[in-house]
Amino acid sequence: MLGNLAVQALSGLASAASLFLVAAGLTVIFGVTRIVNFAHGSFYMLGAYLGWTLATNLPRGHVPFWGGVVLAAVIVGLVGVVVELLLLRRIYKAPELFQLLATFGVVLVVQDAALWIWGPQDLLGPRAPGLRGAVYIFDSRFPLYDLVLIGIGIAVFLLLWLLFQRTRFGILVRAATADREMVGALGVNQRLLFTGVFFLGSALAGLAGALQVPRESVNLQMDLAIIAEAFVVVVVGGLGSLPGAALAALLLGQMQAFGILVFPQITLVLVFLVMAAVLVVRPYGLLGRAPAGHAASLHIVEPPIAPLSPRGRLVAAVALGLAMLAPLVLADYALVVMTEICVAILFAATLHFIMGPGGMASFGHAAYFGIGAYGAALLVKHLAAPMELSLLAAPFAAGIAGLAFGWFCVRLSGVYAAMLTMAFAQIAWSTAFQWVAFTGGDNGILGVWPPAWAVPKPVQAWGALVLCLGGAFLLRRMIFAPFGAALRAQRDSVLRAEAIGIDTMRTRWFAFAIAAAFAGLAGGLFAFTKGSVFPTYMNISRSTDGLLMVLLGGVQTVTGPIIGAIAYTGLHEQLLRLTDLWRAVLGAIIIALVLFFPRGLAGLGAKQ
Amino acid sequence: MQLHGASNQEGRFSMIVTRRTALAAGLAVPAIAQAQNDPIRIGEINSYTAQPAFLVPYRNAWTLAVDTINAQGGINGRPLATIFRDDAGKPEDAVRHAGELINNERVALISGAFLSNIGLALGDFANQNKKLFVASEALTDALVWSRGNRYTFRLRCSTYMQAAMLVEEAAKLPAKRWAVVAPNYEYGQSAVRWFKEMLTRAKPDVQFVAEQFPALGRIDAGATVQALAAANPEAIFNVTFGADLTNFVRQGNTRGLFERRAVVSMLTGEPEYLEPLGDEAPEGWIVTGYPVEQINNPTHNAFRDAYRAKYRELPKLGSVVAYDTVLAIAAMLRKVPSLETEAMVEAMRGLKFNGVFGQGESEFRAADHQSTMGAYVGRTVVRGGKGTMADWRFADGRAYLPSEDAARAMRPAG
Repeated sequence: MLGNLAVQALSGLASAASLFLVAAGLTVIFGVTRIVNFAHGSFYMLGAYLGWTLATNLPRGHVPFWGGVVLAAVIVGLVGVVVELLLLRRIYKAPELFQLLATFGVVLVVQDAALWIWGPQDLLGPRAPGLRGAVYIFDSRFPLYDLVLIGIGIAVFLLLWLLFQRTRFGILVRAATADREMVGALGVNQRLLFTGVFFLGSALAGLAGALQVPRESVNLQMDLAIIAEAFVVVVVGGLGSLPGAALAALLLGQMQAFGILVFPQITLVLVFLVMAAVLVVRPYGLLGRAPAGHAASLHIVEPPIAPLSPRGRLVAAVALGLAMLAPLVLADYALVVMTEICVAILFAATLHFIMGPGGMASFGHAAYFGIGAYGAALLVKHLAAPMELSLLAAPFAAGIAGLAFGWFCVRLSGVYAAMLTMAFAQIAWSTAFQWVAFTGGDNGILGVWPPAWAVPKPVQAWGALVLCLGGAFLLRRMIFAPFGAALRAQRDSVLRAEAIGIDTMRTRWFAFAIAAAFAGLAGGLFAFTKGSVFPTYMNISRSTDGLLMVLLGGVQTVTGPIIGAIAYTGLHEQLLRLTDLWRAVLGAIIIALVLFFPRGLAGLGAKQ
Repeated sequence: MQLHGASNQEGRFSMIVTRRTALAAGLAVPAIAQAQNDPIRIGEINSYTAQPAFLVPYRNAWTLAVDTINAQGGINGRPLATIFRDDAGKPEDAVRHAGELINNERVALISGAFLSNIGLALGDFANQNKKLFVASEALTDALVWSRGNRYTFRLRCSTYMQAAMLVEEAAKLPAKRWAVVAPNYEYGQSAVRWFKEMLTRAKPDVQFVAEQFPALGRIDAGATVQALAAANPEAIFNVTFGADLTNFVRQGNTRGLFERRAVVSMLTGEPEYLEPLGDEAPEGWIVTGYPVEQINNPTHNAFRDAYRAKYRELPKLGSVVAYDTVLAIAAMLRKVPSLETEAMVEAMRGLKFNGVFGQGESEFRAADHQSTMGAYVGRTVVRGGKGTMADWRFADGRAYLPSEDAARAMRPAG
């Protein structure tokens, strides 16, 4: 018994060590550059693949093996430098989270590149020389390599700590994490610092990947599997805090190891429950500090948004008129795509409502889309409710969820708030995924078809046009209404807004719930056009799709999300049919757009 | 069935084409004669980018099968054409593709689906739109039973059938204390449920002492292995596959979990999952799978040689599934006078076809639209640094399905 517990604790430590290596790189990069680096998981995967290539091609032995691990880390570090120099350096001035879009493009390109270079099969690398065996702890066996991994984790932590405490580079990194503007004002070469940090962070990801080779198979799902957990560790520990990352990795590693003894069914959601709990109690993570001074408002104060010019109104009216006439002439499939674009527009508009005027990012907006879809589908399934009633229920279900989750989320700011939305979205997703008796699990709910009158595609397209564009129009009205003005005021300055009597917390909370309710409507509509509902409706990739649409279109304009939704949905649909390399092409297009239109597609028109 | 390259057959099949053309024209098969040279279009939707390890060999074999049939003159003179669509692992994208394939590409039928939920979404779509859907791989029992419908057929032997094949072997073991490990989603949960139910029926004195349900693709292998070892079972039933399996096996080997314990494992004998393990493949596990290099009969040899000649590697189980799907669709198309959906559905019901396993006829049962395609059951061994199967036998799917009456009773939609 004692042996089992001891070994379980050691297993937890081994997971913690590898989690820490990934999270350390991520937290250092975020601390200095404020970039939410989605590509960090891709660097980890690249490290693993490179580690595999080196381990299988170099001669056997201690020196070649460990040399290969270090070499893989250095190569990945250099890849990180290339990404920083060619891509991110050009867009540091872009609005908050815009860099996320660029790193997402990198994720897509790396996925196809890895498939192309290393093929589709899972790869199992050789074990570390001399470390194949296990040691006995009481009567249980524990792998020798995992023991070494724990040692490496501790060693890297100490080395990083020395680097940050004892070297000039480290002191600058800590200074920049605390107050980036001040460091710049003191004449420190920020470019060099950022590039250096990117090298360090990426190399750590590569190291973590290469060290996994003797433990696990190398496969194409590694990048997305690790990135969410790495974010959780970074946020639970406190953004930019190295000891925080170590502490959080320890905590999560042990939670996983012992969690599966007690609740073998809910491992999926455990980490997100922990993150939600930590953020509710400690809004800046375990060891994080509230950002000081200027860093507190990550936002550049945005120019006030103007209502459409007469010419703009004319263009919008003509476009709307054409869209209303389209169902008369378009073929069925074109109408299906049009319906889907309408749903995407409303979804993007709701996310924009809280991101643009509200100034709150959300990484989990798909939750409300999904809850709307499930709300409608569950009514149909369990109560045999008609479509009209179910559609009405969708925004209510999502709105209530928005009120509940939002109450916690609006208390935080910046990336912490965004991560808490992601935690709630993941909790909702795992409920849909694992509560098989109620939600049907991953097999979803089938047979959510509209009644006979709403089956023809033109009717669906009109319905989607009226409801979605109507919803988007209502949201737009709200932005220009007093409520919207209050919302924008609290975004630009909480203090001044409070001073003139705006309850900023409540304003944000209601905005969050309103956005959630409209996202639920989009989800309900989506369910009836597809005929079925699945947990994929609220997974992370749908949340990122929403983010991509909003960022692609431009956060600052009200028209942005509409243009972004049309562009992204249209592009995605076309590419998926045209080429097997759609991920690489989509990634390249996103990167190109980021480079050439750093204010989003709509920003292009607004600027001139 | 015949398999041969197209190049040296040119003279012969042009003759076949002419003869078939004449035949079709003479015997008045109206719809087909009308569109004499138009290809028959099949819409194939699968998670090509999300599940490449299974679906690259799948697509290879699909192309090979279609080329071979076309080289032999196609279906009554009409060639087959496939329009591939990648659903990226999302049911909603699969449903959109299905709409596009039917409305824009005018396909005669839809096929595909690796993931169970996509199979169900497409099945429901087919039912709603009254179009034929031939599911190739998706394993979920719901596809043909609780959510089965008139327009949906499935080729691959299901979760229930594979579990039944393994229970037969498991019941012969002396082990009483069992532990199970399965990915935490519908496939893993169903497999465990069937296994427990059927094994308890066969041996009422077995007990299940531990259960682990790691998240799919995210197994914490060390902790999972340790948790199973702590319960000290006599035997283990494993449902993990892919990367989870690899990590589970590696940690299990190092920690001695499999020593002096019987392991019964779903799908592990398939080259897709056995090959990546290399010389660390577990030995002595009782598995379902596909001993591709050992099967020796004319049909399978011809298939294996043709595949190897074209793609320079051995086929995988995905290749077999794809090839058999095309063969079944072709057999159905040869029976129908027109490409009208109801006629095709009637032809699919009770359709007999000869798959590339070379184990005789399989049949799409009229009662539940499940084909009786079987699987190989055997033990894993390591030979020449690679995992493979030994002491295997072919398990005919027919023997592991509930009776047609019982199956009919499980289909509320009939």
